[in-house]
Amino acid sequence: MDFALSPLPLDPVALAAGLADTRAGACVTFEGRVRSLNEGRAVIALEYEAYGPLAEKEGARIVAEAREKFAVLSIACAHRTGRLALGDLAVWVGVTAAHRGAAFDACRYVIDEVKTRVPVWKKEHYADGATEWINCAPGGPVK
Amino acid sequence: MKKTVLVRYFALLREQRGLGEERVATTAATAGELYRELQALHPFSLPAERLRVAINDAFEPWAAPIRDGDAVVFLPPVAGG
Repeated sequence: MDFALSPLPLDPVALAAGLADTRAGACVTFEGRVRSLNEGRAVIALEYEAYGPLAEKEGARIVAEAREKFAVLSIACAHRTGRLALGDLAVWVGVTAAHRGAAFDACRYVIDEVKTRVPVWKKEHYADGATEWINCAPGGPVK
Repeated sequence: MKKTVLVRYFALLREQRGLGEERVATTAATAGELYRELQALHPFSLPAERLRVAINDAFEPWAAPIRDGDAVVFLPPVAGG
């Protein structure tokens, strides 16, 4: 698995086990979690919606780019869809490499690119009952 | 000449359209023309400058031609992670 969408909770232990490799001197993992505050507003839940076929294609492309750029052994990334509660794991990235530098760099590259390129959308639900699709407000930045 | 395309909507556009997909009969030559046609019919708040286009599950430029039977998606600004 290079990149996968999951409607079910992500299991970081099982995901990391998939990267077991005795050549690896380093394994860097990143967990993106649902936090309770965004831009001053109290968040109570999140919803992720994905354009499945293109999200998986673009996610796999990002992983392939990271493999080209950095001296790594393996990379995997998983992203949740559906409704998530505070503290839930929204995205997971794991990288193994012979040495830590490449593992940190590749992990950072993958999460940064996933956030801006993979067609996944996030709707925040706030304590006051309001909701908002992130990055979609009027007057937001033109890409 | 009229052609029929499948338009799929996600996130904010899905809510503003009120459905997830529809077949659209159109004379639009390009993806950009198709979005302008749809914008005239529905309360889409996002200008084309803030969207991307995918045709048949691949990113394409706004000038990409629209063919009969294509599946077209206008992608709102993404927010993964």
